[in-house]
Amino acid sequence: MAKGRVRFYSDRCKACELCIKFCPKGALGLDKKNINALGYHPATVVDPERCTGCGTCALMCPDLVIEVERE
Amino acid sequence: MKVVAKRPESLYYKKFHYCPGCTHGIIHRIIAECIDEMELREKTIGVCPVGCGVLAYEYFNCDMLEAAHGRAPAIATGIKRMLQDNFVFTYQGDGDLASIGMAEIVHASARGENITVIFINNTIYGMTGGQMAPTTLIGQVTTTSPYGRRPELTGYPIRMAELLATNEGSAYICRTSVHNPAHVLKTKKAIKKAIQTQMEKKGFSMVEILSTCPTNWGMNPIEALERVEREMIPYFPLGEFKVKE
Amino acid sequence: MEKVLMKGNEALAEGALRAGCKAYFGYPITPSSEIAEYMARKLPDSDGVFLQAESEIAAINMVYGAASTGARVMTASSGPGISLKQEGISYIAEAELPCLIINISRGGPGLGGIQPAQSDYFQATRGGGHGDYHVMVLAPASVQEMMDFAIEGFELADKYRIPVMIMAEGTLGQMMEPIILREPVTKFYDKPWATTGCKGRKPNVITTLHLPPEELEQRNKHLKNKYDEIKSKEKRAEAFMVEDAELVLVAFGLMSRVAKKAVIEARKNGIKAGLIRPITLWPFPDQHIIEAAETAKIFVSLEINMGQMVEDIKLALNGRAKADFYGRIGVIPNPEEITKVVFGIAEREGL
Repeated sequence: MAKGRVRFYSDRCKACELCIKFCPKGALGLDKKNINALGYHPATVVDPERCTGCGTCALMCPDLVIEVERE
Repeated sequence: MKVVAKRPESLYYKKFHYCPGCTHGIIHRIIAECIDEMELREKTIGVCPVGCGVLAYEYFNCDMLEAAHGRAPAIATGIKRMLQDNFVFTYQGDGDLASIGMAEIVHASARGENITVIFINNTIYGMTGGQMAPTTLIGQVTTTSPYGRRPELTGYPIRMAELLATNEGSAYICRTSVHNPAHVLKTKKAIKKAIQTQMEKKGFSMVEILSTCPTNWGMNPIEALERVEREMIPYFPLGEFKVKE
Repeated sequence: MEKVLMKGNEALAEGALRAGCKAYFGYPITPSSEIAEYMARKLPDSDGVFLQAESEIAAINMVYGAASTGARVMTASSGPGISLKQEGISYIAEAELPCLIINISRGGPGLGGIQPAQSDYFQATRGGGHGDYHVMVLAPASVQEMMDFAIEGFELADKYRIPVMIMAEGTLGQMMEPIILREPVTKFYDKPWATTGCKGRKPNVITTLHLPPEELEQRNKHLKNKYDEIKSKEKRAEAFMVEDAELVLVAFGLMSRVAKKAVIEARKNGIKAGLIRPITLWPFPDQHIIEAAETAKIFVSLEINMGQMVEDIKLALNGRAKADFYGRIGVIPNPEEITKVVFGIAEREGL
């Protein structure tokens, strides 16, 4: 069971991939099936079970895309 | 579940105009988090630069002013002298602070002006399209140093933190980086310390933050962060250069 | 009322204090420095701030910052320093921050000299920096007016949210005259736009950046409307013996006092001369010129420069009458010299 929950406000994402790069659990990736209004494939959780709610993704996100909760 | 990370109250939820992966957004957020955590939003007056940060007043949810190029420390001086108990900060880039605004920043520091300066050093003029900055590294290619910066023509990059640390009026001078999570946290700590310095009326405080400009460096955002560590930190060492007790 | 002997620069500084001026930011320059020195001595008494800036550029930006908090603040300089301040004045005009800017003027161009001059007329009345804007310009002609206009300048600045400039020749700053000390101002304007920290209200923003073209045009229209209102309400001039005048001298500042003597001398000799003294240089008192043109055949602009205000006189006249010019620079001509000029023109024009 995942200890954390991340929420992506995808409309703000510019696909810089900093969250993906720094996620220590490799839980994030780009959503290649969707394109947001800014024209990017937004970042998303690809493996929610791995999320520990550490908040590193939100820490490195330059665009206030991510909210994180932890148990 | 408890919330670990969310938008700070001191920022509006407006989308930033910055390029993908530009670290301005990270720095805006941690400044706002510090203001929130220190409960200063209603006492804060920020002064924006000319450069990519020119529109920062559209993002910060507090009283804000927009300055002429390089003049933010003088404007902040005028504000702070009238409102000595408020928190007054400037947000400036390397062209703004270390080139056209050199006189204003040096004298604000020399006077021990009780303001806090957040200095974004990304070794290039971003807003105008990638021209050479006073902090551009030797050999760095920009649109006005197309063959790489050559010291015999344009001299050497300026180390602002070291320079201002020599001023007696400087109370807290620090250089940090935001190229990975650990350094983002260190930067936040430094900003908090700078704010504390001002609120305790100790004098001038500045946090120089090594930042990226993926677009004008011609790199993707991750390569840009790697460049900070590989090329910038060796020339612009991190650390505290002045801490007045 | 108390009558004292004061130097022009000090009277102006004392007037500013009596208007509730809370801060002075400046950089030393002759012949304006006594204003800074007076403020440095006196401002601490009223918990005010005196700060000698590293440059004129910094000083005017400190004014920008301090004015943004709603306080009455000022700076003073002279020609070369006012040139440096122009960047900041453009921003202050656009941001609509009230403040007082003093030009105790000297002769240019370049470093020029420290002798009296009115050669910054164009710079003062056309805005001076980049963009479409004006500052209100008051031209005192006596030490009393140095004090009075400092008070009035702050009132106008707050009323219209506009930078107000007082432009006086260096001589007026340096000379002494007996003056009546004015009562301190006690009523001040509310400034809900000020950036003071957003406690209990929404955040205020002071910016001069307007990237969307519609917004930029809107801002410029807003400023123009304000300038039009000022033009309709605030033009001021002193008219002396113009009712039947055929030859009208136009002079401001100290030069107007010399011109007045020449008018009296000309009248004694049967020449129907008169004088218009613009008190506001911007807005220029064109209505006074137009009215005088009902009897006047020729207007003579007397200036301590090489001919600047004469252009505003010609614009006002729009062909109604002739306009001539006589000027010196670095010296204020004496009444005999001007009288001779008036006689010469009267003879040439058959008056």
